Amino acid sequence: MLTAEDKKLIQQVWGKLGGAEEEVGADTLWRMFHAYPPTKTYFPHFDLSQGSDQIRGHGKKVVAALGTAIKNLDNLSQALSELSNLHAYNLRVDPPCFALQFLAQCLQVVLAVRLGKEYTPEVHSAVDKFMSAVAAVLAEKYR
Amino acid sequence: MVHWSAEEKQLIASVWAKVNVEECGAEALARLLIVYPWTQRFFDNFGNLSSPTAIIGNPKVRAHGKKVLTSFGDAIKNLDNLKVTYSKLSELHCDKLHVDPENFRLLGDILIIVLAAHFTKDFTPACQATWQKLVGVVAHALAHKYH
Repeated sequence: MLTAEDKKLIQQVWGKLGGAEEEVGADTLWRMFHAYPPTKTYFPHFDLSQGSDQIRGHGKKVVAALGTAIKNLDNLSQALSELSNLHAYNLRVDPPCFALQFLAQCLQVVLAVRLGKEYTPEVHSAVDKFMSAVAAVLAEKYR
Repeated sequence: MVHWSAEEKQLIASVWAKVNVEECGAEALARLLIVYPWTQRFFDNFGNLSSPTAIIGNPKVRAHGKKVLTSFGDAIKNLDNLKVTYSKLSELHCDKLHVDPENFRLLGDILIIVLAAHFTKDFTPACQATWQKLVGVVAHALAHKYH
C-alpha cells in the first residue's frame, strides 16, 4: 500500500502544518458538516455552530490521532487499535469506508488550501492512500 | 429537480469565472490518473502514462482534460436542465466508453481539491459545500442514462 516515498511525503506534509493542527482539525470538521450535512447526525450533543469550542476540541483530537498514525506508518493497525475498537463498538459511525471518505475529502481540501501549489499530485496521492489505510484499520473490527 | 439558491449560483459563477478551463481540466484529469491509477484503463491509447511527470506532461491528457472541463462548463450553464443537457453524454459513457459512474465521483472530488489548491483561502467552506453539491449533481446526471 504505502510506499517509502508515500510515507516520506506524508510526514513532510504533516511537518508543514507547524503547530496549526488544531485549526486544521476544526476547519476540516466544519467543512465536513457544511458539505455533508448527514455527518452531523453523529454529533447531536455538540454545538455545531462555526468556531464552537466542541468543534475545535474534537478537531484537535482527530488531528492528534492522525498525527499518531503518521508517526507509526509501519504499524497502523496497532497504533490505531484503540480507535478501531471505539469506532466499531461505541461510536458505530457508518462503516469508515463511507463516513471517513467525507472526512478524508475535507482534510485534503484543507491541506490543499494551506499548501496551494505544494499540494502536488504526488502528495495528494500519498495522503489519499494514507486516509484509505486509516479507514481500513478503523473498519477492521466492525464485524 | 435540484434546487439552487441564489447564493449557491453566485458561488458557482464567481469561482467558474476565474477558472482557466484548460489548465484546471488538465490538472484534474492528470490527478485522477495519478491518484487512482486504475482509471488509466480508459486511456490505453494515450501513450506514456508511466509516471506522474509523464502523465502531467502528456498532451493527450491535457487535451482531454480541457474537453472534460469544457463540458462541465456546459453543465454550469444549464443547472436547471442538467439531465437533458447530459442525456447524450450519459449514453455515450455507458454504451461506448463503459465508464463505471463511480469514476465521476472520483473526478468530482479531485476537481474540488484542484480548485482548493488554486484558490486557497478563497475556497471557503461555503464554496466547497456548493461545489461538492455541484459535482454530485453532475455525476448523477452523467449516470442517469445508464442501463
